[in-house]
Amino acid sequence: MEEIKIDKKINIKGLICPYTFVKSKLAVEDMEVGETLEILLDYEEASRSIPKSMEDHGHKVLKVEKINDTDWILLIRKEKE
Amino acid sequence: MEFTDDQLQRYSRHIILPEVGGKGQKKILNAKVFIVGAGGLGCPVGYYLAAAGVGTIGMIDNDTVELSNLQRQIAHNTKRLGVHKVDSAKETFESLNPDVKVVGIKDRISKDNILDLIKDYDIVVDGSDNFPTRYLVNDACVMLKKPLVSGAILRFEGQVTTILPGEGHCYRCLFEEMPPAGLVPSCQEAGVLGAITGVVGALQATEVLKIILGKGDVLKNTLLIYDALKVNFRRVKVPKNNDCAVCGSNPSITELQDYDAGYCRI
Ligand SMILES: [Zn+2]
Repeated sequence: MEEIKIDKKINIKGLICPYTFVKSKLAVEDMEVGETLEILLDYEEASRSIPKSMEDHGHKVLKVEKINDTDWILLIRKEKE
Repeated sequence: MEFTDDQLQRYSRHIILPEVGGKGQKKILNAKVFIVGAGGLGCPVGYYLAAAGVGTIGMIDNDTVELSNLQRQIAHNTKRLGVHKVDSAKETFESLNPDVKVVGIKDRISKDNILDLIKDYDIVVDGSDNFPTRYLVNDACVMLKKPLVSGAILRFEGQVTTILPGEGHCYRCLFEEMPPAGLVPSCQEAGVLGAITGVVGALQATEVLKIILGKGDVLKNTLLIYDALKVNFRRVKVPKNNDCAVCGSNPSITELQDYDAGYCRI
């Protein structure tokens, strides 16, 4: 499988909604269109709500993966300013 | 500028809006808004702009807080009777949000001070209670090309319009001349339901925030009329008047003047 190049990583473990999305959104704002953000989180609800909100904001969700008992990794590609 | 953790929490409901985001919130924090009057309209306008995080709020008012104000002027309170309204408003707004600096001016606005007072601000809000001030603020904003959000209230009715000099109408395109003093309600007739100041003030604050953000439509070339008794909002088209005395192609008013103050103040 093609390896996805990650341009920025944030760790938002310990945060709950809406701050999970606030931090993720601010990270995306600081990136260039076409770049990919990796988000590490441990708040289950956000593993569903962040991808949905990012799509609503026009960005592309490349991956949602549960990596162990507590944590998820999301990959989001910025599609527009 | 990076947001502090407190700011992330305080502005989280703004930041998660696609139309605001971190960038928009930073624009709000860097904005400077001047409010004419710390009364019925100035209180809710300033209150919501302070909550939103508008970094600098200028306010001019020469009055002190009276008991008869408190039915609608919600930035003041019973403990502040006799205190200057701008001092009272400053205390209220800065304790609501420490990101906000309120510059209070205890004076009457006039042709001699207005240009100097508003020149460093991005947007002007008219919350004044009389026609002479409304025309003076309009003319000054047209001359300095400052966006102006004008509001007025009487009894159960409110009006809001947004003047973007050079782009749309101005207050004189709407009402060319001040109504003669006899046609303006006398003091006994000039009651107002307190809560409608909140409706009109919140509309004005919303217009200001949209101008700061550059999002959505504003009441350019439009007068919005709110009738509280009928629960009706009506939009009236106001074309820019090319023959307008102040914003027309050949203006006859090129200098500010103070108008007769023989009007009742509502
Ligand atoms: Zn005009």
